[in-house]
Amino acid sequence: MVYLDHAAASPVDPRVLAFCSRYLAGDYGNPSALYSLGLSARQALEEARERVAALIHAESPKSIVFTGSATESNNLAIRGTALRNRKEGTHLIVSAIEHISVMNPMKDLQKAGFDLTVAPVDGEGVIDAAFLEEAVSAETTLVSINVANDEIGTVEPVREISRIVHEQGRYLHMNATAAAGRVPIDVVRDGIDLLTLSSNDLGGPRGAAALYIAPGVRIASVMPGGGQERGLRSGTENLFAIAGMGEAARYAGAEMAEEMAREQAIRDALVREVLTIDESYLTGHPTDRLPNHASFRFSRIEGESILLNLDTLFGIQVATGSACSSRTLEPSHVLLAIGLAHEEAHGSVVMSLGRQNTQADVPVVADAMARTVERLRSISPL
Amino acid sequence: MEDRPQIGYSKKVMDHFMNPRNVGDFADPDGVGTVGNPVCGDLMQVSIKVEDDVITDVRFKTFGCGSAIATASMVTEMAKGKTIEEAERITRSDVADELEGLPPVKMHCSNLAADALHKAIEDYRARKKEVAAAPG
Repeated sequence: MVYLDHAAASPVDPRVLAFCSRYLAGDYGNPSALYSLGLSARQALEEARERVAALIHAESPKSIVFTGSATESNNLAIRGTALRNRKEGTHLIVSAIEHISVMNPMKDLQKAGFDLTVAPVDGEGVIDAAFLEEAVSAETTLVSINVANDEIGTVEPVREISRIVHEQGRYLHMNATAAAGRVPIDVVRDGIDLLTLSSNDLGGPRGAAALYIAPGVRIASVMPGGGQERGLRSGTENLFAIAGMGEAARYAGAEMAEEMAREQAIRDALVREVLTIDESYLTGHPTDRLPNHASFRFSRIEGESILLNLDTLFGIQVATGSACSSRTLEPSHVLLAIGLAHEEAHGSVVMSLGRQNTQADVPVVADAMARTVERLRSISPL
Repeated sequence: MEDRPQIGYSKKVMDHFMNPRNVGDFADPDGVGTVGNPVCGDLMQVSIKVEDDVITDVRFKTFGCGSAIATASMVTEMAKGKTIEEAERITRSDVADELEGLPPVKMHCSNLAADALHKAIEDYRARKKEVAAAPG
């Protein structure tokens, strides 16, 4: 099997699993309890907070709030700041290629009376800075733009975006789910007010995520309850997953340069080989993209068919932005936003690499892809 | 392949996707039907050969997802050997039933194969009329 969908799910790093499994049955205390078992759990929680803060160079571990998923972090960032700062303004800005866990809370707020501006991107997925500059106003509460897009891999010009947003003194939220641990992020240097991180994308277990909240950012709780996580995210902490996220963040930070250079070399070889197929194209930015990420489109064939063929015949697992693989059958809004026609967007294949991929995967995947494309084109009437 | 979970596809759908029957077209078809639109993600073309109002051969080409290819393949199997009247009575749900079901979300978009067959029959009838009406 060759697994190439690390943007969707990654195996837990065995070192991380060995570290955090003790919190399932051994050190199982509740971090809110005052006896020793609870205090030990509290200590583990705060260590994890320090490690996540270190990965993104946060000024203090206090800026990290743990949640249950990146979706929850995005919702907390968007709803929390929009509702808390409603008196100052009701205008929100989002880029056209955001994840649905950013798009949907934004649309909900629009229904509740907020003004929403969707900022366009160019053909390679880079935000239109001139449009953004024009759109941000004194009425704007929050601008939300991903650090890197999980579908086309494009990395946004973070510091330029930050400059534009902060000239008006507004809040900038960035979803770093796909980017953290793959490209360097420094929230202080880059001027990011809110940043979403996910455990699973770092090699940690599912069930934990984090939201970085810069000092002074006014934000309301969207999950009231027992007051955990500064009252912003109540609920007994999932210590196993959070401790795992902390450990995964530690490895991600320490090993990022070396591991990403390794994965990028594999990715570059993969791109070179796949693009030898007739009428195949790279989507997203050719160079400003995640080092572990390649996304393609193939003319005259459909993505779900490619996915099924690769999986069934060759044991190769990839993702697709094809409408036919989604529950709604809506075409990928990301691919349409970069200017692809509907019929072009249907032929997309996304490959995201991880630690278990090696150079040996390249000829296997390239050969399987060439055979798959040939087979499906022989059935296609186009 | 048999034991691996698929996206809600029956074994029969996967069999027709992996081993599609009657792929292609004819140099001199008696009827051709094309339905769908590549913009929607599915385009099906069914071609038929007819003798004495019996469909003697059927072929298809499809741009589309796994179930689009499977339904097109299945409809060619179902139509072969049937009279025009019998083939006309094949419905979308007959094709889905024969494939032991399709995921609900796929029913509308992917199962256009019966429509393509009906269009091919329409085309066959129109051509027949033209021949009958032709002078001499």
